[in-house]
Amino acid sequence: MAAAATQLDHLARGDARADRLFRWSVAAAGFFVLISLVGAALTMAWGGREAFATFGWAFVASDNWDPGNLIFGGLAPIVGTLITAGIALLLAVPISFGIALFLTEVAPGWLRGPVGTAIELLAGIPSIIYGMWGLFVLVPFLGEYIYPFLSETASQLPIIGSWFNGPPIGIGMLTAGMVLSIMVIPFIASVMREVFLTVPSRLKESAYALGSTTFEVVWDIVLPYTRSAVIGGIFLGLGRALGETMAVTFVLGNANRLANLLEPSSSIAATIANEFGEAFADLHRSSLLALGFVLFAVTFVVLSIAKLMLMGLQRREGT
Amino acid sequence: MTISLLRTTLMLGTVGLLAACSGSGSEAPKATEAATAAAPATIDITGAGASFVFPIMSKWSGEYATATGNRINYQSIGSGGGIAQAKAGTVDFGSTDAPLNSEDLKASNLGQFPSVVGGVVPVVNIEGVASNQLRLTGALLADIYLGKITTWNDPAIVAVNPGVVLPELGIKAVYRSDGSGTTFNFVNYLSQVSPAWVEGVGRAATAVKWPLGVGGKGNEGVAAYTKQLKGSIGYVELSYALQNNLTTVSLQNAAGNWIEPSIASFQAAAASADWANAQDFYLVITNAPGADAWPIAATNFILVSKNPNDPAKAKAALAFFKWAYANGGSRAQELGYVPLPEPLVQQVEAYWAQNFAY
Repeated sequence: MAAAATQLDHLARGDARADRLFRWSVAAAGFFVLISLVGAALTMAWGGREAFATFGWAFVASDNWDPGNLIFGGLAPIVGTLITAGIALLLAVPISFGIALFLTEVAPGWLRGPVGTAIELLAGIPSIIYGMWGLFVLVPFLGEYIYPFLSETASQLPIIGSWFNGPPIGIGMLTAGMVLSIMVIPFIASVMREVFLTVPSRLKESAYALGSTTFEVVWDIVLPYTRSAVIGGIFLGLGRALGETMAVTFVLGNANRLANLLEPSSSIAATIANEFGEAFADLHRSSLLALGFVLFAVTFVVLSIAKLMLMGLQRREGT
Repeated sequence: MTISLLRTTLMLGTVGLLAACSGSGSEAPKATEAATAAAPATIDITGAGASFVFPIMSKWSGEYATATGNRINYQSIGSGGGIAQAKAGTVDFGSTDAPLNSEDLKASNLGQFPSVVGGVVPVVNIEGVASNQLRLTGALLADIYLGKITTWNDPAIVAVNPGVVLPELGIKAVYRSDGSGTTFNFVNYLSQVSPAWVEGVGRAATAVKWPLGVGGKGNEGVAAYTKQLKGSIGYVELSYALQNNLTTVSLQNAAGNWIEPSIASFQAAAASADWANAQDFYLVITNAPGADAWPIAATNFILVSKNPNDPAKAKAALAFFKWAYANGGSRAQELGYVPLPEPLVQQVEAYWAQNFAY
């Protein structure tokens, strides 16, 4: 009896040790994420302190990026990043909704597998291939057929007309936004599809039984149920769009100027990729790191807004 | 029955693979043994910098590897990158089209010498216009890149191009988005021939604030954009224009003659350069005075540290260039570059003896 008791004790102690080890390892992994995040932010902020000290607010407010004379105002890349990411989301979110809803509600069973796999494959294509495709296929097509038409007709519209005033080169923010949206669709669509599948069928069937159309079921049952996860998926896509480098460099034109939709512009990631290799002036390198910090800050702000919005919605609903 | 057949096939297949591998494996050690017995250890040298000379560098390194076994790995990252890496000591030699002045060289403990002469050539993409058919003056080129001239059938362009049908097509300027010696030489030329350029954009540097247009990465990027966009104009080294079948432009030089880009016109520009008086070979040969000189000729410079981390590799780099001066001339000419004339080569070798003590 006593021998059995000590043997059980042994096992229990061994288990407790193993359990503690497991907890520590998992906690370490979690802390690793926090440490890398803080470390990355601090490195960029520290590296960019010279630029912030020299230029102050003019660094984010002025669009005069002149490496020859060592004057760096980062407004053009910042605005370019925000606008291309905005266009990408504007195009990608409705399409991803459509894809996810098609795969969960509308598609026949034999079609769901292939289309789902096709979406996953799109996510696996390297971004530089998207850039090359954009430059060799999309740019000539848009420059010859779509943009001349746009710059003549859309530029006549009352408020947003001036956005379309540029010479129809084919390379520009709108093209970059389109390429980015294609890159971002797989991420958003997969998240949405996973989440739409978790909606309990009882809810949907009750709605159908009461006479709702498919659209009403989706709008009133599925979307509110999955709201926070959907927004999470959208911000996953936004994160990719904000940081995308190679695809954007090919089709955005690397022109460090504020521009409208049809004109070439620049983005933070593209500017850093283009200039970091030869930024041997300390102020130049510091400015590029400072741009990286600004991108980090922008992503953080956008995510916080999303979280606050979600919390507000949940409070209103009482969940 | 089926399972044992599968097992047998797998076993036979594995045995066969092993036999094949060991067969070829036993040959390879014998070959390397013979090689190591005969030849000394090969050295791998890294260089980085101007995309201007990337075509000829890769040609030369291929032939040098066949001749001596030493391999040169040249990365085309732009002159700005070449200067930065040479100063940081991460490469055995850097390459730049924008020469460093003597103070800069002394501060970074680098030596500088020319490798080859080439030319920056404006290229256009206009349907119906053949190579060298379009003529532009330096001032017109500057006005195009300043945005003062916006369509190809502008009266100023038509005036110097009688007989050429120019469409009403918008001009899209293409420039270098990375720090580039090609840009340096191009902008250096524009600032010499156009006061409006100096006012609008400023002094020559490897990266300037372009008023308008689209930026491509490397000579390769500019060539790609010019090929894709109708009505575009860009500037690239001649070999890129030739290899990508781009339409080149004739320019009016300082003597007032219309010159087509070619090795002969680059040679004429290089001939009028006064190398003997250039300290550390600091000499920019744009807007050369010769009657047949191409206005935007450019010299590519090599930067080697005077106090390198690995003297054997630096010495091997110098040996590579000695070989290139002696044997690489015909290859250079095939690709559209001008090899250095003999007196200049001797001046360079004397400079090596004086400055590189290894």
